[in-house]
Amino acid sequence: MLDGLSFGLAPGQALILRGPNGSGKTTLLRTLAGLQPPLSGEIIAGEDQIAYAAHSDGLKAMLTVAENLTFWADVFGQRDIETAIAAFSLEPLRDRLAGTLSAGQKRRLGLARMLVTGRPIWMLDEPTVSLDVDAVALFAGAIRAHLGAGGAALIATHIDLGLDAEVFDVAPFRAAHDARVGASDEAFL
Amino acid sequence: MKALLRRDLLLAMRAGGGFGLGLAFFLIVTVLVPFGVGPQSELLSRIAPGILWIGALLACLLSLDRLLALDWEDGTLDLLATSPLPLEAALSIKALAHWITTGLPLVLAAPVFGVLLSLPDAGYVWLVISLALGTPALSVIGTFGAALTVGVKRGGLLMSLLVLPLYVPTLIFGAEVARRGAEGMQTTTPLLMLAGITAGVIAIMPFASAAALRVNLR
Repeated sequence: MLDGLSFGLAPGQALILRGPNGSGKTTLLRTLAGLQPPLSGEIIAGEDQIAYAAHSDGLKAMLTVAENLTFWADVFGQRDIETAIAAFSLEPLRDRLAGTLSAGQKRRLGLARMLVTGRPIWMLDEPTVSLDVDAVALFAGAIRAHLGAGGAALIATHIDLGLDAEVFDVAPFRAAHDARVGASDEAFL
Repeated sequence: MKALLRRDLLLAMRAGGGFGLGLAFFLIVTVLVPFGVGPQSELLSRIAPGILWIGALLACLLSLDRLLALDWEDGTLDLLATSPLPLEAALSIKALAHWITTGLPLVLAAPVFGVLLSLPDAGYVWLVISLALGTPALSVIGTFGAALTVGVKRGGLLMSLLVLPLYVPTLIFGAEVARRGAEGMQTTTPLLMLAGITAGVIAIMPFASAAALRVNLR
């Protein structure tokens, strides 16, 4: 999908990925998160430093908000879910089943999951989908706090989060043989 | 790891179905067989060990569909793959949770269903022993099948075709233990084979499952 791409991310820095739909932002994030190997090249950050959040949040409809967060905190060896609940103002929802939440509330819970991973590098794929203005502000606040604590974030998004972040456009790096690869992929599916 | 097991069991309880589905299917099979083959108790008691084993195996197969598909749909598998938990361990835990929700109830219920098929008295102990030894293998092999077909839309049929041949050795030796036990014969040889198969797949299959799942997550 992408070719000849290179960038670095310092602690406390956020990088916004831009590019038209289908330009390879998700592929890039999944590769960096270690879900698929790159065809060539090198990822210097360790996989155990990266927390990844995709379009789907990995929430269980039959578990409550607090249970969902506690599960992910346990998986990542963390204890504290209160910070995450407070950061995304989930307190009134904590005993609701995740299946009964609205799309925006689910998204907030999915993003709160990033806080309970305790990992320094956040990879977020279209994090603001179905968030309202207030929730986007909460999210931007959480990112700022994370950066302030020495974390880093790589965000694929189209809206302006009001962050002091560099913008990185992936469009120029599209591989020349992209069309052929895409076609064979689709045939396979 | 404990968190994952606890979550899977909790989900199985809350979603209903988890515990009941396999058991209900097992009950249906054992209730229907006497209607199908007729009420001669001599014939029934001869085929009872085999029928009970086939019923347990199909009941296990029935619930494999949901083993990974639900976690795939809501993105949990992606997130688990990027978590500190090795995928091999995560899949072993999921197989264990599947066994607790499907295999274990079958083991416990089998003696009751044996009555329906007039299983000989000597057979009950061996039926429970063989199922207790064999059903973990069914769950572990099933997890491999689920991992292979997790991305396929309506992959249930494909998974059944892939998994059934792998189930055959377990079925042969499991049913043989129960049959020999029921007829009062020596059970050591098939019992050891059955235990060997189960120990072997528990040791090897999680690696195969994790490798298959990694390919599917790409």
